[in-house]
Amino acid sequence: MTRKKSFLEVIAENRFIHILLSIFLGFLVGAVFLSIMGLSVSAAYGRLISSVTSLKGFSYVIVYSVPYIVAGLSVAFSFKTGVFNIGAEGQFVVGSMAAACVGILAGSLPKPILIPLCFLAAMAAGAVWGIIVGVLKTKWGINEVLSMIMFNWIAFYLSNFIAGIPAIKNDGTAEATKNISDNASLLFSKDFIKSMGLAPTANWGFLVAIVVTLIVWFVIEKTTLGYELKAVGANKFAAEYGGINVNRSILTALAISGALAGLAGALQLMGMGKRISIFSSQEGFGFAGIVVALIGCSNPFGVLVAGIFYGGLMYGGSKLNLEGVPTQLISVIVGTVVFFIAISVIFENLGRFSTHANRNAEAAADKTAHEQQQKEDEKK
Amino acid sequence: MAKQYVDMNTPVIEMRNIVKRFGNFTANDGINLTVHKGEIHAILGENGAGKSTLMNQLYGLLKPTSGDILVNGKKIVMNNPRDAIDAGIGMVHQHFMLIQPFTVTENIVLGTEPTKGVKLDMAAARKNVVEISERYGLSIDPDAKIEDISVGMQQRVEILKALYRGADILILDEPTSSLTPQEITELIAIMHNLVKDGKSIIIITHKLKEIKESADFCTIIRMGKYIDTVDVDKVDENDLAAMMVGRKVTFKVDKPEQEPGEVVLDVKDLHCLDYRGIEIVKGLNLQVRRGEIVGIAGIDGNGQTELVEVITGLRKGTSGQVLVNGADVFNKSPSYGFNHGVSSIPADRQKHGLVLDFSIEDNLILQNFEKSPFAKNNVLQRDPIFAHATQSIEKYDIRPGNSEKRPAGTLSGGNQQKVIIAREVQNDKDLLIAVNPTRGLDVGAIEYVHKYIVEQRNKGKAVLLVSFELDEIMSLSDIIDVIFDGQIVASIPGKDANENDLGLMMAGGGKKA
Amino acid sequence: MTNFVNSLGIILFATLVYATPLLYGALGSCFSEVSGVVNIGIEGMMTAGAFTGTVVAYFTGNPWIGFLCGGLAGAFFGMLHAVATVNLGADQTIAGTAINMLGPGIVIMLAKVLFDSTDTIPLTASQKIPKLFAGVFDTSTVFGRFMDNVFANYVSTYLVFIAVVIVWFVFYKTRFGLRLRACGEHPQACETLGINVIAMRFACVCISGFLAGLGGACVTMTISTQFRPISIVGQGFIAIAAVIFGKFRPQGALIGCLLFGFCSGLKVVLGGSSGVNMHLISMIPYVVTVIVLVLFVGKSRVPAANGKPYIKAK
Repeated sequence: MTRKKSFLEVIAENRFIHILLSIFLGFLVGAVFLSIMGLSVSAAYGRLISSVTSLKGFSYVIVYSVPYIVAGLSVAFSFKTGVFNIGAEGQFVVGSMAAACVGILAGSLPKPILIPLCFLAAMAAGAVWGIIVGVLKTKWGINEVLSMIMFNWIAFYLSNFIAGIPAIKNDGTAEATKNISDNASLLFSKDFIKSMGLAPTANWGFLVAIVVTLIVWFVIEKTTLGYELKAVGANKFAAEYGGINVNRSILTALAISGALAGLAGALQLMGMGKRISIFSSQEGFGFAGIVVALIGCSNPFGVLVAGIFYGGLMYGGSKLNLEGVPTQLISVIVGTVVFFIAISVIFENLGRFSTHANRNAEAAADKTAHEQQQKEDEKK
Repeated sequence: MAKQYVDMNTPVIEMRNIVKRFGNFTANDGINLTVHKGEIHAILGENGAGKSTLMNQLYGLLKPTSGDILVNGKKIVMNNPRDAIDAGIGMVHQHFMLIQPFTVTENIVLGTEPTKGVKLDMAAARKNVVEISERYGLSIDPDAKIEDISVGMQQRVEILKALYRGADILILDEPTSSLTPQEITELIAIMHNLVKDGKSIIIITHKLKEIKESADFCTIIRMGKYIDTVDVDKVDENDLAAMMVGRKVTFKVDKPEQEPGEVVLDVKDLHCLDYRGIEIVKGLNLQVRRGEIVGIAGIDGNGQTELVEVITGLRKGTSGQVLVNGADVFNKSPSYGFNHGVSSIPADRQKHGLVLDFSIEDNLILQNFEKSPFAKNNVLQRDPIFAHATQSIEKYDIRPGNSEKRPAGTLSGGNQQKVIIAREVQNDKDLLIAVNPTRGLDVGAIEYVHKYIVEQRNKGKAVLLVSFELDEIMSLSDIIDVIFDGQIVASIPGKDANENDLGLMMAGGGKKA
Repeated sequence: MTNFVNSLGIILFATLVYATPLLYGALGSCFSEVSGVVNIGIEGMMTAGAFTGTVVAYFTGNPWIGFLCGGLAGAFFGMLHAVATVNLGADQTIAGTAINMLGPGIVIMLAKVLFDSTDTIPLTASQKIPKLFAGVFDTSTVFGRFMDNVFANYVSTYLVFIAVVIVWFVFYKTRFGLRLRACGEHPQACETLGINVIAMRFACVCISGFLAGLGGACVTMTISTQFRPISIVGQGFIAIAAVIFGKFRPQGALIGCLLFGFCSGLKVVLGGSSGVNMHLISMIPYVVTVIVLVLFVGKSRVPAANGKPYIKAK
């Protein structure tokens, strides 16, 4: 096919453009809501942009984005391996608490030992949370979505409980843990932050996030482990036929996904949180991870970019009330973006304006119908 | 057939110059079909010739790109099956359209349920169903769930579904594909009953013998094109076959005489349960030696599927032994069996054989992705993987060429099967198990698959062939083992077998004491 | 003995209070899932219902109009989900996630604008859903107190139990129910029988949203008497869990919701009296659910076509 593609066909076929269009529509819908409520669109979006474009603002965005990126990687990894890790929330929470315990109780250890130790503790805790769900699924056939929802709440209350234990609890009146030791902190040195004019919570977490992104990409795309887990995710029957131990793979995938979510919790704590409060409701980092993974198309590098985008919206959104705009505007924008990503088939249909693409789309629809029929056959 | 019930003056279906395109692909290219009252009309064509597409248009599931459909002389545009049902057309699909957890009665009345006020009137429904089943001599259990009844009964339920809706024109899509010879005879009797009653039947098939036995007229379609409509009494099976494929076909597979060697697969007193926990393999014994093809003849549901699953490690048995080259692989993992010499072409290539989302090159290393040269230190080595795929695509004629990175799901059925054969044959194991290896393939691909299976035998491999196509079993096997009710009830040299005896034994009739 | 009866009364009261909104959500979830559409957007639909119910009751002074409008708000988001998943064949999980962001986002934003930057909307007693049998029982006796606790309950609670029976009847005794279950099992088969799968599923997802919306409304319009951004925190997900627990049957979901409500009730009583840590007690419902699943319920058979978009060939 040497014919030059029309503009609409390019749009119809390119997944990346679908995401950009979805983001545009998200802001458009946000603007419509602002107008309906009689608020100034330019003031709101102006504030959003100005708050993230300064050096200091951008450094805030980066700081914000770290837990979202890593939680997003956790969910993206689970998508790639055929499970839907709606339990990232709970894994994040136990990971964060495990890191806090180590960071408080073993606070006297030197930095080069304590920091990796905190990471390890968080990843182990997250992995355990994932494995429990995996065992319930593989051993007793318990639906993983159901048990993940349960374990999200168990993690939440467990964290609140541990935060109240005397050895961990804040000495003052605050309903929170003690601060973690400075040796467990990822913060840049105060002088550096000051001299560069960065956010006071600027830290090394982003570097960790980049390294983790690379590792996740490498494992998924380049290793035999990635092959195995993807095979199980795409077709567990064929994988089993091919000699892969499906149950072990599911456990491995959930453990890795859980470890990543746990690490995200540690990074949030050691980068900006410093301590964990006793919360009255879930913080939602894990749920945000789902959104980030979706916007990033479950591609590790896509997740990296989507995480920064999400971090930017979160930070910028926190400044919106300066303009009298509710921060929930961000939820509306992001929700709309995700909604349009879900129905990105409408962008594919844009190509119908050209007759050629029209035929392609029909063929695609027929192929889908055909595949459905085949799937029906498979069940027989 | 005497055409005693055909009323040649009353055409009930006329399809005129039907064209159906999917994108650039033309599935039906100017097809004509006329069916009269009281007529059994066969539509003959290879897999993929466009038979089902044609019938789906007659049933309102697809819309013709151009052409007219007349029912009882009136031109009709059908937007959905409802319109077809209203016009008196009923269709029994090849893959039954039945709701597994529903009862027979629920399935039959679904869509035209009798009600009493807002409430379903299941008592009335049941009464109607029993009535109509008795009227046409189609015995069913109205209260059984579909998942618990035999394939034969499921088919009767499908026919009743159409009759219940007052269908005068019945379309049967490959109705005999999973029936025993005896059940087929029964079905043909039912069909004759129905035409006697003034109904018309269109039967889609590629089985020539059944056309000769049942149909009045036959319309042949080849690669989407209308070839001819013939009076079945005036042609023989060879004529039909030639029209179907456009050339003379040989049904024989050439196979040199050969002495089998030592036993490779030895199954002893095997027992296992099916998915419902009911014993389905009941003390089965089976041997396959080097250099022979053992064919398992049997009707679906007699334990052959579970037998293969136990041998390949996908299902746990309750007791027994499965020796492969002397090693017991009973209740071991699939990879244990693989390492001890088991390779297989699974029945369902899309479910068990391939990861459709994976590229061809990745599918070709499914059992070997962790082994050298495809992996080094747990990292996949893309160059050897690619080279392996290039060589396999060439050697096994997988089309299109240069498709190493293409997802397996984008290949045609025949080429998907070639990918599996390339993988399993190159694994070079002593035992090859092939289950329905040619299901849904066209004649060319079937010849290809048969050639490779026989080649494995000639190379001294042990081959276990399980197939629901009796012709395939008879033309390939050195030894035919008949499976019935979870046991091998007879073991006959392939050259001595005849279809009638096999059919009887498959139905439990020839069980030896 | 007196203490025990008192405690039991309180536990049962709390059981019903906790179970009621879950049950509405679970019945909604049943409609969607059984027809073949995964709906994890129940949470967002409940939030929308909670807000709308409260606001409408606040402005009209009539709790019933509020309650109904809460349902309609849920149905609106149900319709969004239906358009995406049923008409456009979207990934049902992604669309549900979007609903969970959009629902709360939109209503809390509206709350802040309508109520001058505060996101808490209080209701007066007359704007609440009333209690049935309030003051009928003599609360000076132990028995009377018990009866008062158990039976002097919100009308919405009585309604939801009636709703369970109705939904059960619809599912298993009516034409609509037979067809909706068939759509979740084998949509192609339904199409060949002239059943409009798209329309059936569309309707079921909208009904799903409506019931979830009612569930949300009865959170804010009964005991808590105000809408806050955290009025709905996870009830929607628990409702979904109850449906899986109940093997996708309304009567099973009822048991799931009551079990969950009972454990929450236990939590209230134990939290008040014993020295055990509040946070550990709060874990009970979730831990018990998992244990009951492992010991008694086991694998839940998902409707065969659940989660699979149905695309009609042309």
